[in-house]
Parts: sequence; structure tokens; C-alpha cells
Amino acid sequence: MTIANPLINLVRYGQPLPPDWPGGFWWHWLVFTIIIIVFVLLLVMGYIWIERRGMGWMQARRGPNRTGPLGLLQPVADALKVLMKEDLVPASADKIVHFLAPIIAFIPVLLVFAVVPFQNGALLADLNVGILYVVAISSVSTVGIFMAGWGSNSKYPLLGAMREVAAVVSYEIPLVLAVVSVVLLTGSLSMNDIVLAQDIPFILLQPLGFLIFFIAGCAEINRSPFDLMEADSELTAGFHTEYSGMKFALFYLAEYGEALVMAAIISTLFLSGWRGPVLPPWLWFVIKVIIVFFVMVWTRTTFPRVRIDQLMALAWKFLLPLALINLIITGIEVLAWPEGWQWVMIPVNIVIMGVLILLWSRLSKLGWGRVEV
Amino acid sequence: MKFERYGKGLAKGLTVTIRHLFRWPVTTQYPEERLVTSRRIRGNELIWDSAKCTGCATCAKACPQGAISIVTSVEPEENRYKVELIEVDTGYCIQCGLCVEACPYEALFMGYAYERAKYRRGEIVQRNEMLLASEERRRSGYMYPEIAAELPEQTLLIDRSKL
Repeated sequence: MTIANPLINLVRYGQPLPPDWPGGFWWHWLVFTIIIIVFVLLLVMGYIWIERRGMGWMQARRGPNRTGPLGLLQPVADALKVLMKEDLVPASADKIVHFLAPIIAFIPVLLVFAVVPFQNGALLADLNVGILYVVAISSVSTVGIFMAGWGSNSKYPLLGAMREVAAVVSYEIPLVLAVVSVVLLTGSLSMNDIVLAQDIPFILLQPLGFLIFFIAGCAEINRSPFDLMEADSELTAGFHTEYSGMKFALFYLAEYGEALVMAAIISTLFLSGWRGPVLPPWLWFVIKVIIVFFVMVWTRTTFPRVRIDQLMALAWKFLLPLALINLIITGIEVLAWPEGWQWVMIPVNIVIMGVLILLWSRLSKLGWGRVEV
Repeated sequence: MKFERYGKGLAKGLTVTIRHLFRWPVTTQYPEERLVTSRRIRGNELIWDSAKCTGCATCAKACPQGAISIVTSVEPEENRYKVELIEVDTGYCIQCGLCVEACPYEALFMGYAYERAKYRRGEIVQRNEMLLASEERRRSGYMYPEIAAELPEQTLLIDRSKL
């Protein structure tokens, strides 16, 4: 076994490691750890660029365009700036918790990518409980965020962290239920098997599940319009108010990393992951991840922030019942749908989604809970 | 049945933002592109006309900041005051234009230029010849419509149709 083996594989077969690769556990581990770290860091930088430029153009501005061609080096400049800043710790802070919080918030982002397939079988660990692992690990970063809120010993971080926990606990349920309906269709929890099962992308077979997953995912990672845990205008950026320097950078990285995780999971579960014609599979995966993130930026630019009661109402009164109904319908379809008639399921499910959303929207009134003065 | 409450409103908002994505931004890229300012701009500096000035110090009295100081001496042969020193501390100036309005001899003007920032505190205290009009120190049309008529018209946006 030589060091060059994974690279040769990459060149010859367009696939860094075939599933039956004989190189042994540690080479596999090393290569994929490096790939994951590079992938996450590069795409996070790309994301920051897409977010700032895309949001700028949608607001008839230009966004950053002074650093490098088209402002491409802006994330690098930001990173350098933040690295050179002074690292302040509040005098009354819980020092250990304050120090550990950004690490605990960021590490799960890297951990999740262990089970995300970049190509057929090209993943760090093809767990047979892959999606369960993702759901479990991605919840850990909430602990980091709550530690940040608690450890800072300051009111705004604590408020932000409390809101964050409340939102994440509420939105976890519709999120997982949407995942379960996908798992019902696939019959497997492994991410690779889920991709292999998608001859028709699940966004067509599960339009309602996709919608619920997307909304709940956006709320889970605190993206606008559900970003009221780090609402800069009311909470001075919420839980990371008391952070500066590299620790703040880690939180920033974790925020975009979580968006990357959510985009990767959405493209794996609903957009058929690495599958696609002509282009190499890993490129398809990256393209899908970027498209999903662009839609997140798009919704962020468009919608105003919701109130905390509206946030809760949306989760418990709208998404949760719809997710349950979707689960039941999917279960019936999986049991009773005739073999080979999958295509008919697409219009049927889209119609079901439309009817359900119409019916359920009647329950949520316009301006609900508003106090007239 | 109105669909605004059932997701149509959200879709409308999304189409607005995506249309803006394919529109040219309205931002002016300042150092490369410049807008023409208002003809009646009250720019960074005061412009002084030494020939018309009689040294009456009305401007100094009118200045709410006390930024203008004038020292005069008598010239007995010509029966007038000679302005020994006129000093404007631009750092105190609030660009209110009261001195220009107060001047009875039309000897004081607001500046047209707006990029007259300096690096040192001392440089913004201007006196005597430094206050005269020059190529980069043009007079603005503030209070003087006949000067305004000679200046180019203000532009509010860069004209992208010609690009």
C-alpha cells in the first residue's frame, strides 16, 4: 500500500475510494477527513460570497466588490481581519464554558459530513443509521449555542440562546417527521441508499415533505425569516454578542457550516444527491448544494422576520400537523401503491400538498395576535 | 377566493426579489463614478473675494460657531479698511451658510467642491490667500442664482442606458 493510491484512484476512476478499497481504515479516514474539512471551508467561503453578493444584487446594491475579482476574496479578508482582532472574555463570564462553546457549536458541522455521500459510496462512513446520526449530531450545536448564551453572563446572549433552544426543539419535530416520510419511501436510513433509491427525486414524490423540511431546516439553522435568535436589530446578534476574534469567527463559520449541512442534507434527501446526467457526481452534489443555499438567500432577502409567537405557532399549528398527515399519506402510499406507477404519485402528491396547505392556512389568521392601538 | 393568505403573497415577494437580481444595481461606485452635486451645494469650504471685501466683519458676527475671525487695519489714503487677516476654521464650520447670506458686499461664497478633506488639523484652518477662488475651489450657487446658472445640472443616478 502506497501513499499515492487514493490519488491514483481519483484520477483513474474519478472516485477517491471505491467501497471495497483495500487501503485500510486509516487511509480512508485521513483522506476523507481532509476532503471534508477542505470542502466545508471552501463552500462556507463560497456561501458567504453568494450570500453577500446575491443579497446585494437583490437589494439593487452590488455587495462587496473591492477585494479581488468580483469581491471573491472578501471572505478571506474577513477571516484575516477577525483573526487579528483581540480576543475578549467578559470578566464575569464562565471562562471554561465561554471557551468551549464555539468549539462545540462548530464540530458537529464537520461530523455530519461523515455520512454525506459525495459520490456513490464516497463517504467517510456509510452508517446504516446515517440520517439518524445526522439528526442527532446536528442537535449538538444547539448545546454549544446555549453554552455561549449562558457562559457569556450577559442578558442579550442569554435571551438569544433561550429563543434558539425553544425554536430548535419545536422545529426538530416536523424536521424529523419529514425525514421519516423519506425513509419510508426508501426503506433505509443510510444516506447512500437514500440517494440510490431516488430514480425520481424525492422533491417530486414528497413535495410537502420537502417544503416542511426546508422551512424547519431554515428555522433550525437560524436563517431569516426565522433568525430572531440572532436578530441583530433587537438582540445585538444574540448568543455571540460577547464573542470576538477567533471565537466569533468560529460561530460565524458554524452558522454558515450549518447552512451547508442543511443544504447538503436537503440535496441528499430530496434532490437525489450526487445523481445527475453528464457532469461528474461530486460536481452535481456541489451544484445542488449551492442551488439550495441560493434559495435560502432568496427567502432571507424576501421575507421579514417573524415574531416569537408566530414562530412557535408555525411550528406547532402548521408544520407539525401537516408533517403527521404527510407521514400517514406516505405510509399508505408505500403500502398500497401499485408497483411501477411511481410517476402517477407525483401529480397526486402535489395536489394533496396544495389542498392541505389551503385547508391549514385557513386556521392561521392574518395578523394573528396583533394588538391594535 | 383570495389566495394572498395561502402562499400567493409569499410567491409575489419572491418574484420581486428575483427580478431585482437581474436588474442593474443603482449604486454609484464612488471613486470611479461621480454624481454631479447640487448647484446650490454648501460644500466644504468658504470662498472669499478679496476685491469686494470691505472688512466689515458681518460674516464673523453672523457665524453661529465663531469660526471666522477678521483683523483689519485702516488705510487712510483710500479711506477704507484693509483686511490684515481673515481666518476660517473649517473644522468648526457647520456649513449653515449664514455668513454668505449675511455678507452685504457679496464677497463670500460657499464652496462647490466636496472632496476637500485634509490629513492634519492645522490644514483645515484657512486664512487669507487660501480662501480665494481657484480651479479646484469653485464657488457654489448658494444664495447666488447667477453663479448657479453656470454650473452643470445635478444628476441623481448614473445613466446606465448609455453603457
